[in-house]
Amino acid sequence: MPESKKFLVSSSPHIAAPGSVRQIMLEVSLALFPALLCGTLFFGAYALFVVGLAVGSCYLFERLFNLIRKKTDTTGDFSFLVTGLLLGLNLPPWVPFYVPIAGGAFAMLIVKMLFGGLGKNFANPAATARIFLLLCWSSAMTTFVQPFSGGFFGGFSTMLTGPDPGLDGVVGPTPLGGGEADLLSLFLGNVGGCIGETSALALLIGGIWLIVRRIIDWKIPLLVLASAAVSVLIFEQDFSAVLPALLSGGLMIGAFFMATDYATSPNTLWGTVIYAVFIGFMTVFFRTFSNYPEGMSFAILLGNILVPLLDKFLIPRPFGAKGPDRPKAAGEVRK
Amino acid sequence: MAKKMSLKQVAKAGLLSENPVFRLVLGTCPTLAVTTSALNGVSMGLATTFVLFFSNLIISALKHVIPDKVRIPCYIVIIATFVTIVEMVMQKFLPDLYDSLGVFISLIVVNCIIFARAESFASANPVLLSMADGLFMGLGFTGSLVLLGGIREILSNGTFFGLGADLSAWFPKMEVFGLTVGGFLTFGLVMALINHLADRRTKKAEARKAEAQKAEVQKAEAARSGAKEG
Repeated sequence: MPESKKFLVSSSPHIAAPGSVRQIMLEVSLALFPALLCGTLFFGAYALFVVGLAVGSCYLFERLFNLIRKKTDTTGDFSFLVTGLLLGLNLPPWVPFYVPIAGGAFAMLIVKMLFGGLGKNFANPAATARIFLLLCWSSAMTTFVQPFSGGFFGGFSTMLTGPDPGLDGVVGPTPLGGGEADLLSLFLGNVGGCIGETSALALLIGGIWLIVRRIIDWKIPLLVLASAAVSVLIFEQDFSAVLPALLSGGLMIGAFFMATDYATSPNTLWGTVIYAVFIGFMTVFFRTFSNYPEGMSFAILLGNILVPLLDKFLIPRPFGAKGPDRPKAAGEVRK
Repeated sequence: MAKKMSLKQVAKAGLLSENPVFRLVLGTCPTLAVTTSALNGVSMGLATTFVLFFSNLIISALKHVIPDKVRIPCYIVIIATFVTIVEMVMQKFLPDLYDSLGVFISLIVVNCIIFARAESFASANPVLLSMADGLFMGLGFTGSLVLLGGIREILSNGTFFGLGADLSAWFPKMEVFGLTVGGFLTFGLVMALINHLADRRTKKAEARKAEAQKAEVQKAEAARSGAKEG
């Protein structure tokens, strides 16, 4: 007899909560679809191929890990799909084919499965894998093609080595790396950048849909963006710099899709506030002062590392409790 | 170290079961810093082995002379002497290597492996055994550094000991393993693998032990019932 049948449940109106891990993961993937569509439109079929490779690699390596470690297969929860999509969308459009494959392996094997699988990973697999790839192949990860350049099937001819950084008219700087772009193209995504991060419009459609469906916490993206805006004001002292900063780079996709990962965001209200404000601030800080043009993934990784501390020290007072009445075993009583 | 150990035990402890890098987790600073290539690993390891061997020898020989209260300063003087010798010899005869290892040669003075062995082994054991301990601990350290350095060199540069076929035609070089980040990553992963293997071994040994016990109990029971019937 299965274990669950031993608990008899009867009488009383019970509210069955809809949704499962699989359903949530599929809905998040669906929310990423507009961004994927825009990326394919702007950067050609090879961009779609890169995302596909990332998803396939994530699936394969999760499956392989479970096979080797003789554990039950966990790919049925479709979390590999979200990680793969996020990873693929965070890569430059014409990266060599091995980059998404290696990224998927790192995200799944090292960041997720070695720490115990879904829900036990300390950091967002896609963001961490992106950092790993950036440190591994920095030139391939910072060579961006311009939208609508090189033909719709152009990327396939350079899939072994990636495009030559000196290729005129195809490779160009992103808005963060010194390229010129007006607000409308930044909003629509008609600029150089990673496959899924350029179109703020597509990301907003997906993100707002997730908020309406109550899958992600609205506070996190809002606070990340607000804190980034204030930080830009502090560092640049220029109101006209705020909107371009919010619309460019990985800020949107990070705020809506990566910072909101359940396993790696805090459980308490004040923890969430500190976490989100920290990520927004650190992103702008890295953009302004570090060697790299973009700092979203670094900020998210740092925020993820902060989460266990926030969860430990910001335990809300139970209703009716007097004074600092902390539960003895912290971690057992979380919101 | 209450019990006297045999030479074989000392060798096994230094190389495997008490490997300074992966089991005692000592000397992680030079481990992470100099293992960008296998050659760096070997030279750092051998330099440390030299210092460890002679400092263990002298400290063990002087263990009844050194007053307990000032033993740490005495150890430092002894260790620093040998580190200075290594440093000078290396600077004279291997200037390239001296440049690439840089400050980490002088930092052998404060390498915790040497202190730990002086404090926990050499100060309580006879001279010959202490020399053996220094040698095998040093070789264990060298082996770990070569392992880490080799992995990092192959992945980041496509070579092994700076020579051999250039592997970079076969796979893209992964720059990250040449950085400190890669050092932490490799160290953590290799350590996890070693812990996993060690864990499996102890579990297997325990299972074997439990089985043997069970068989013994069954045997005894069978003997008892047999006696009853008889």
